[in-house]
Amino acid sequence: MPTLEIRDLHVAVEDKEILRGVDLTVRSGETHALMGPNGSGKSTLAYAIAGHPKYTVTSGTVTLDGEDVLSLSVDERARAGLFLAMQYPVEVPGVSVSNFLRSAVTAVRGEAPKLRLFTKELKEGMDALSIDASFAQRNLNEGFSGGEKKRHEILQLELLKPKIAVLDETDSGLDVDALRVVSEGVNRFRSTGETGVLLITHYTRILRYVKPDFVHVFAGGRIVEEGGPELADKLEAEGYERYTKASA
Amino acid sequence: MGLDTKPLSTLHGKSSYDLEDFPVPTGREESWRFTPLSRLRGLHDGTAPVTGSVVVEVHPSPEVSVETVGRDDSRVGKAYVPADRVSVQAFTSFEKATVITVPKEAVTSEPTVVNLRGESAEGATYGHLVVVVEPLAQAVVVLDHRGSAVYADNVEFVVGDGASLRVVSLQDWAGDAVHVSHHHAQLAKDATFKSFVVTLGGDLVRLSPSVSYTGRGGDADLSGLYFADAGQHLEHRLLVDHSVPDCRSHVDYRGALQGDEAHAVWIGDVIIRVEATGTDTYELNRNLILTDGARADSVPNLEILTGEVAGAGHASASGRLDDEHTFYLQARGIPYEEARRLVVRGYFAQLIQKIEVEEIRDRVLAAVEAELAR
Repeated sequence: MPTLEIRDLHVAVEDKEILRGVDLTVRSGETHALMGPNGSGKSTLAYAIAGHPKYTVTSGTVTLDGEDVLSLSVDERARAGLFLAMQYPVEVPGVSVSNFLRSAVTAVRGEAPKLRLFTKELKEGMDALSIDASFAQRNLNEGFSGGEKKRHEILQLELLKPKIAVLDETDSGLDVDALRVVSEGVNRFRSTGETGVLLITHYTRILRYVKPDFVHVFAGGRIVEEGGPELADKLEAEGYERYTKASA
Repeated sequence: MGLDTKPLSTLHGKSSYDLEDFPVPTGREESWRFTPLSRLRGLHDGTAPVTGSVVVEVHPSPEVSVETVGRDDSRVGKAYVPADRVSVQAFTSFEKATVITVPKEAVTSEPTVVNLRGESAEGATYGHLVVVVEPLAQAVVVLDHRGSAVYADNVEFVVGDGASLRVVSLQDWAGDAVHVSHHHAQLAKDATFKSFVVTLGGDLVRLSPSVSYTGRGGDADLSGLYFADAGQHLEHRLLVDHSVPDCRSHVDYRGALQGDEAHAVWIGDVIIRVEATGTDTYELNRNLILTDGARADSVPNLEILTGEVAGAGHASASGRLDDEHTFYLQARGIPYEEARRLVVRGYFAQLIQKIEVEEIRDRVLAAVEAELAR
């Protein structure tokens, strides 16, 4: 059973400590919501798990099924079954979506998919997320609207089928229709029960569509409170003020 | 541009058929300061023994005539007057010139391919090529440079009224080659000239494409792609001289550099003279520096002498591979080397798509792949 285990994780950016001892375990079949105010370090956690070079792990461990994630390169982590849906996917000029997706699928599955099957799989994936067919020929994220970028992230999630997915504010900047489409994608991904989701969000809105099993409140670079879905309702009513004061 | 119509710019003050008019460069001149003269094998100071050999073979489209002519042919040097020391050395030293003529209103059915094959880098060779596209004709010409050589030449493209010429010039030399070349395009009324320069091989390549206009409505599109490896010096010096109203020029040169002492130089000079109202020009140069130890010099110069232009702009950007690009691809499982290849391929893709000759496009794509696999 896939398990992502984060133990006492400390992360710095340019010598400034952002994460101050994060402990979190995500098992397959579970959905965890990580909620917190802006600047609390939520995205830092996401990028540190993915291995972005800007973030330095100063102490602590991250393991996936017992394997040391921190010693793996960015691409090795992805091939091991970790996925990060990015808040701000970068534009890569001249690289087409279809070429990118085929390269990614080939890398993660360990062999090139048959072109005919892949074309079909891609079309079905795009249809399910209401993505226009012309999209595949466009340059990666170039000129995409905010909603298109997020749909594209979820398309990758569904194609790559990771063990554990970290979704970094996938809900931000989406209108209600797009939020529903994206949430349905996440729910399809979770429906197998064999995958774990860490949903990072500022708002409770997406949790109406993607029901979490656990809610963690993040403030000052660590988890300050944990509970079930009811904790989200409490946050909705009371906001983060209580936690930001406490951590300041 | 002739002697009697010198541009006002101080950068391009001189042009002449006479070797004596150009002193041996010392390397301190603005036009020579980036070029390592010691690697020119004497092309610049008259010491190069003229014992080399570059075999010129033309495979013409059936509509096209090809002649080999002597120095006294009236078409030689008609559109272009040498503008620097090596250019005039080549002009005063070549023995036979090749003249390709596309007759009036002819639309060529296939590309005319000029193979220039260097046989040795021991002695120098001088060459001259004239391509005349008569009014309303349309043609595609490919210059394919390969092998070992120390070669200096001048190429004149004379594009007649309403005619269209597309040129691909491929510098795919062996590692020991030295090539100094001037490509001049003279555009008559409503003429279209599209050039695509690809410079990949050679120890030192210095190519100076220039454009002049003799009638309104001329349209020049100059694209270039270069890939400098360790030790290579690849220099492109462009000059577009807008002396006639209502003409257009668009320049887009992109390069990648990798390895110790890889050096790329791009100079983009555009002059819009007082009389050239309604000019529309844009020039762009980008350099992607893939490793430490490589260096790109990029100098756009836009000299505007009239207030009435339709558009005039330039941009130059040199930078490293963007870590965020490779991170994004790696985060999807794509190994670093492949991510790097995808990003660099993407960087060139838009430009390569502009090559209209399919087999050349495929060859350039394959060459870029091969460079990246090094």
